[in-house]
Amino acid sequence: MSNELLIGVLGLQGDIEENIKATTEALREMNLKGKVISVRYPEEIMKIDGLIIPGGESTVMGLLISLKDELLHAITRMIQRGLPIMGACAGMIVLAKKSYDKVIGDKKQLLLGILDIEIERNSFGRQHDSFESDLEISGINDSYKGIFIRAPSVISVGPNVQILSKFGGKIVAVRQENIIGTSFHPELSGDYRMHRLFIELVTNWKKESFQQ
Amino acid sequence: MTISQVGAHPLSAGVKISTVDTKEISSGTTLIKRGFAHMQKHGVIMDVTNVEQAQIAEDAGAVAVMVLDKLPSDVRSAGGVARTASVKIIETVLDAVSIPVMAKCRIGHASEASILEEVGVDMIDESEVLSPADQGRHIWKWNYTTPFVNGAKNLGEALRRIQEGASMIRTKGEPGTGDVSHAVTHIRQVNNEITKIRGIYDNNDDQELITISRELQSSFEIVKETARLGRLPVVNFAAGGISTPADAALLMNLGCDGIFVGSGIFKAEDPLERAKAVVIATTYFDDPKTVLEAQKMVDEKKSMLGLDTKNLDLRMQERGPTV
Repeated sequence: MSNELLIGVLGLQGDIEENIKATTEALREMNLKGKVISVRYPEEIMKIDGLIIPGGESTVMGLLISLKDELLHAITRMIQRGLPIMGACAGMIVLAKKSYDKVIGDKKQLLLGILDIEIERNSFGRQHDSFESDLEISGINDSYKGIFIRAPSVISVGPNVQILSKFGGKIVAVRQENIIGTSFHPELSGDYRMHRLFIELVTNWKKESFQQ
Repeated sequence: MTISQVGAHPLSAGVKISTVDTKEISSGTTLIKRGFAHMQKHGVIMDVTNVEQAQIAEDAGAVAVMVLDKLPSDVRSAGGVARTASVKIIETVLDAVSIPVMAKCRIGHASEASILEEVGVDMIDESEVLSPADQGRHIWKWNYTTPFVNGAKNLGEALRRIQEGASMIRTKGEPGTGDVSHAVTHIRQVNNEITKIRGIYDNNDDQELITISRELQSSFEIVKETARLGRLPVVNFAAGGISTPADAALLMNLGCDGIFVGSGIFKAEDPLERAKAVVIATTYFDDPKTVLEAQKMVDEKKSMLGLDTKNLDLRMQERGPTV
């Protein structure tokens, strides 16, 4: 086993390159060796130490995941092994157990169902209501600039889910063991502390799985 | 930053500041508008004229829908003046799909744009598919909270539109013809011009970049930033004439960030399958095996017939102000 971390960004749709860049910057800030790649195939998923599901459209990502059984199986198998995952905005929706749209209600769409939360999509309104604002996030000192783009919010959480941040009375960041979900886009803020938090999970998981 | 802030007008009328629980929140900032465009990357935006088509597009994996009164090929055959779509239709689409909804306004028609902003569309396309309303100027897009997309045939056009506030650029391929060659020409032109200024940037030759920015009728700041990035400072999509999965893959391989499909889907006889296939080919553009699988999903006999672009009565890409 090499010390070098291999982090994958799900490369189906959305701001893939922005997440690759943000994760690379975070590794550099932490003085860690690692590579960040776009992943679309089962073979790639099976060898990574951490997975980021980027922002984009959750319906599109769900459709493209379900298109190829092997891809869905690879992701599910790695999740069962405890693979650290971070999902931002659409990425968090894809991870969630349940989701509905604020305007149109229930929407049949593929969800991985591993993050024990219920999501309200487009919870803050349409694009002209999208916004940026300072947030408090547990685990991060000082305020953090949240970029909310047609953002979802978390309506309810299961017993194993820790709430990391709230904004305007709504839950906007959660953690369940090795899984982090955010309503906002940490890859766009120019502040890589959320990605660093995720990389810490990746480093720990890699150490633990090596010891076993 | 992972998104360029070049040319931003932070104090423009489009930026709205309010408070939520004593916290200041800002909408319509450059980051929020360009950020929205980045979320569309690697996706397919589909033209629709009614709610049924919008739902088909969403189910097929469209990243957003663009509401028009007529598909571009029908705009051609109808002739006359093409204007923004009926507000009622836009509203029904807004209430029916969970993905972003875009709509087109005429070039320079600031009032149509204001109406679209009030209705609540997620992005406005200031489009040459409709009849231009102003032959001298485009809309000053910094005045809007809603992001805009504009067409461009070359680097100068693209940079001028970004300086006016566009958050996304697309090619001006000849719409409604099924002929992809014009979109290809435009993206190649932009790529070649960027390669050239990138070389000059690497040589640290600011004086030459100033000369070029004058030729491009753009600011030195934005030319230098584009040269530094080696790409446009906002996302760049392909649009115009795309009808098959292979067309989408071709343009993604040329460096486009995503795809607009106009008449290509709903003027074909197999819209649902074709829409899905174009989505797959856009994601796996660099994987010939998967593009083949996508191409197998469509039947060439069902593609829109298309038009010979040599003898067109109306070249939409030539419409509107030249600066």
